[in-house]
Amino acid sequence: MTPLPDDTVAHLREVLERPELPGGRYEVQELVGRGGMGIVYRAEDRALRRQVALKVLRPEFADQGSSIRLRREADILARLEHPGIVPIHDLGTLADGRLFYVMKLVRGIRLDEFARTVGLTERLRVFLRVLETVGFAHAHGLVHRDLKPANIMVGAFGEVLVLEWGIARIMASGGEPAGSGVAAGESDVDTLDGTVLGTPGFMAPEQARGDVEQVDVRSDVYSLGAVLRSLVADGAPHGTRPPPLVSIWEKATAATPEVRYSSAAELAADVTRFLDAQPVSAHREGWLERAGRLYQKYQTAILLVLAYLAMRLLFLVMLGT
Amino acid sequence: MTAADPDARRAALHALVGVYWRPVYVHFRIHWAREPADAEDLTQEFFAAAVAGDFFAGFEPERARFRTFVRVCCDRFAAKARRAERRLKRGGGAVHLPLDFVGVEQELGRVADAAKEDAETRFEREWVRSLFEVAVEALRQESQRDGHEVRFAVFERYDLAPDDATRPTYRELGQALGLPTTQVTNHLAWARRALRRLVLENVRALCVSDEEYRAEARALFGREGG
Repeated sequence: MTPLPDDTVAHLREVLERPELPGGRYEVQELVGRGGMGIVYRAEDRALRRQVALKVLRPEFADQGSSIRLRREADILARLEHPGIVPIHDLGTLADGRLFYVMKLVRGIRLDEFARTVGLTERLRVFLRVLETVGFAHAHGLVHRDLKPANIMVGAFGEVLVLEWGIARIMASGGEPAGSGVAAGESDVDTLDGTVLGTPGFMAPEQARGDVEQVDVRSDVYSLGAVLRSLVADGAPHGTRPPPLVSIWEKATAATPEVRYSSAAELAADVTRFLDAQPVSAHREGWLERAGRLYQKYQTAILLVLAYLAMRLLFLVMLGT
Repeated sequence: MTAADPDARRAALHALVGVYWRPVYVHFRIHWAREPADAEDLTQEFFAAAVAGDFFAGFEPERARFRTFVRVCCDRFAAKARRAERRLKRGGGAVHLPLDFVGVEQELGRVADAAKEDAETRFEREWVRSLFEVAVEALRQESQRDGHEVRFAVFERYDLAPDDATRPTYRELGQALGLPTTQVTNHLAWARRALRRLVLENVRALCVSDEEYRAEARALFGREGG
């Protein structure tokens, strides 16, 4: 046959990836992004006349295992009602059998992009919202397992959304990995475990080893510590990193889970203490550091007292002359 | 590529040659600056060597993609041929494959910047083109066999149009083929679904692991660089 021209090949590449939606309710408008196994499009919901995000499995992920993962992600999103987790609207199957789900269209930027635009305090406040969201998921028996800046979005008003729950692990009550007690359907997904899922650099050592039984909320704490480190340290000279924050992420990213914070809430408490210029549990401070922290905490009062004393001194000097 | 069953081995080599002859030829033509006749000979000889022996037996999936490995094999083969300064002979007992070198030359003539691309990009571009060509041909044959010529005709006129300017609208296409517009879109959807399946089957046949299959498929779909 005649060789296909470049333009034809480019056209085929595009149309073969585009999802073929049944029923005519949704109209795909624009590709928003590609993830590990899914593609997200902006789409029009013709029934409700609104813009939505549509996530569909990539063509090469049309196998049963990937479908189970996407289905499970949809189930998780439906179960978790929280401002930090994208609400899901619909679930369906494409004409070629691939799963898709429809969710709220999120407008915002990735956490790492956001971090480059604001100061340290604002970065930490946003990080606390991430911790609150992850803590909420933990309280509902879920470990995210792929927390990293690329999976966290920050909206125009500083609202935080934690994305990509496709490889989250369902825990039994008490934070232990789910065993035989998980509901039917959930156990199917657990058969996917054993392969290494996650992102190097943000993945806890037990997760990187594929030690599934060891993965629990502390694995997420590790990832959160790595996220904190990237928020504070990326692009900042070594000497400008506040030692208490360094201690916090070092504790969170300890190789041994037992040494880490036991929960996102405990990590959040230490970050909050730092923001309030209080001593953090992970850091033993020297007297100079303590003085510096107290100065930071009582800066206004100290400056007022110093100004008052300076004026008194000036007044006494003037009286003397 | 190292299947012990002779039939499986033949099928694997057939799939390999079908998809790779074109990128291999273009690589010899441009990267090795071979004249068309030389590049043809080298391509024939390259695959003849693959058919005759365990040419690809040294492939180590953990080190590189198969596609990269084939390109490296091409380089070794071309370097060896150049060193020996031997002129490859056509025929002479070697396998002679029915490959459309003239068509490739015509396409190369249209791509003025081909020589400026790096070898990897060019090899990938030709690999993608080959995969689609092989799948389109398989779709054409499937359509004929199953009596779906009209579906293929819709697909051919719309999706295989040379560029956007010459692509008809659904309405124009429907009028030309005597079909309602809804039928045009249905036929197109069918053909794309079938083509996607055929392309992915070919990719899977040429990969040794799920990981490589997914990485290759990822490079295949979507807008280039997207």
